[in-house]
Amino acid sequence: MRRYIDFYLASMKISILEQIQYSVANYFYMIGMVTEPVIYLVVWTTIAKQQGGMAGGYTAGAFAAYYIIWTLVRNMNIVFTPYGWEWRIREGRLSMELMRPIHPIHGDVAFFAGWKFVVILLWLPIAAILSWIFKPTFEISWMEVIVFFLAIWGAYLIRTMLLSLLGMITFWTTRVSAIFELYFGLELILSGRLVPMTLMPAWVQNLSNFLPFKWTFFFPIEALVGNMTNAQLWSGIGMQVLWIAFGILILNFIWNFAIKQYSAVGG
Amino acid sequence: MTATISVSNLSKHYKVPEREGGMKAAVASLFNRKYRTVKAVDDVSFSIEPGEVVGFLGPNGAGKTTTLKVLSGLLHPTSGSVTVLGFEPYKRPHAYLRQVALVMGNRNQLSWDLPAIDSFELQRAIYGIPVSEFKKTRDDFIDLLELKDLVNKPIRNLSLGERMKMEIVGALLHRPKVLFLDEPTIGLDVTMQRRIRTFIKEYNQRWGVTVLLTSHYMADVEALCKRVIVIHHGRTLFDGELSSLVTQFSSFKTLGVTLPNPEVDLSQYGEVLTRDGARVTLRVSKARTSQVTANLLSDLQVDDLTVEDTPIDDVIDSVFTSNEETK
Repeated sequence: MRRYIDFYLASMKISILEQIQYSVANYFYMIGMVTEPVIYLVVWTTIAKQQGGMAGGYTAGAFAAYYIIWTLVRNMNIVFTPYGWEWRIREGRLSMELMRPIHPIHGDVAFFAGWKFVVILLWLPIAAILSWIFKPTFEISWMEVIVFFLAIWGAYLIRTMLLSLLGMITFWTTRVSAIFELYFGLELILSGRLVPMTLMPAWVQNLSNFLPFKWTFFFPIEALVGNMTNAQLWSGIGMQVLWIAFGILILNFIWNFAIKQYSAVGG
Repeated sequence: MTATISVSNLSKHYKVPEREGGMKAAVASLFNRKYRTVKAVDDVSFSIEPGEVVGFLGPNGAGKTTTLKVLSGLLHPTSGSVTVLGFEPYKRPHAYLRQVALVMGNRNQLSWDLPAIDSFELQRAIYGIPVSEFKKTRDDFIDLLELKDLVNKPIRNLSLGERMKMEIVGALLHRPKVLFLDEPTIGLDVTMQRRIRTFIKEYNQRWGVTVLLTSHYMADVEALCKRVIVIHHGRTLFDGELSSLVTQFSSFKTLGVTLPNPEVDLSQYGEVLTRDGARVTLRVSKARTSQVTANLLSDLQVDDLTVEDTPIDDVIDSVFTSNEETK
């Protein structure tokens, strides 16, 4: 355990050092990423104003709060992508990682976790500007802050598991971008990324309860800006833990078969 | 003594899709895909004792790198058995991975954007090396490879040779007992190749490490390996001392003759290979070498005469050529 902690700290430090070198590029990346929620925000704020100040139970200020927190959660949700898996398997880059006495997924989790610290730092001024423009309304308790902090890391781990599983398809067949796109389409609708889940039809909301997507997006945001009871907050964390545990089990199971397919081409 | 590496009847086969060129064949392959089995390694056996440095030779596509990847645990063998340090590599237990290292000349594991000194710290954490041991090993290697002025520069700002030296340090910080080197000097200039060779030699002698090396540069093999295994089309052609390879596969010697009169025709003494001013090189069968040497000295005025074995590159080339001809 101590070795893993040491590895995570060292790896996160490397990641932070690397990302600081590219802070300008990171900033432009984040600014580009803000475009998507700003469009959603403008659309829903307009709808809310046209409907007498509220749409689907959300005021313009509540929408602003949702989508501003969305920007942080979206950044926390950035993980090693299936396209990255495709690249490292097809090019044989995985070989050097497999030679280490530590699972490559640990390397991915640690590296992107380090990146998050830089992201959070860079996000603060962006959030301040968005708040100044869109005037969000927040009613936040300490409990919500604590749960939110845990939930964004839970979301990060769930999404790492999901996208790693997706990326591992490349062990069997290369060039599976079309499957990735299908996944991202489903995630957009069922996670709360496009609109808060409470604005979706009842059957979509019911469906999302059985899938992991909403625990990576809607739940962390709603934990901070919504009106969840303490029981709802902690049961949400419980659901995240379940999905993480399930993800680890499935990932280990698939990995044992997948790694036999690795042909270490190109290096 | 128990062998460090033991390979018995190792085979690694790949099933690869195959089709003819053109649109018609491309469309047909959608419905009826054909596969071909490629025998990258076919029934190879050898064992390597602790502390040996063995050269693994063969042309491109011979199966050298595939064998190395099976030994290092990256690939599952199709059949046969492989043990390294008593472990089955394909199971990749952490206890095994902590004792081996694979250095590939065309692959890097250090962070491109950071100074090597930062990446070395990550290696320490990955292998759980005690801090004091890590610092001592790191500083020793930095001194041995004369890297003191370079470890604080980002890797991307280093030359290819400097980067390779850093990669070698990074790969050896955990002091592996077995070292797999796949073309470690590829693309490097002669001086840098020599520096890396010297380092590997010192490392082997100092720590008693077992080394398996593939290289297309015969200078690497001659400098480091007493024993070579020659592989071609996935099968072993030769396994023995490098000197025996020359004896077994080269039936010629090379004579270098310097004459005051460069116009003299020497074709009656042997096959003239080169003529560079007054210096002529001849290829003569081993059986005739003594006689030809005596004849040259008695028939002509000779300023200088040398007798050498055929260059190892030519020997290896003749091994592969003879194998092709007998297939």
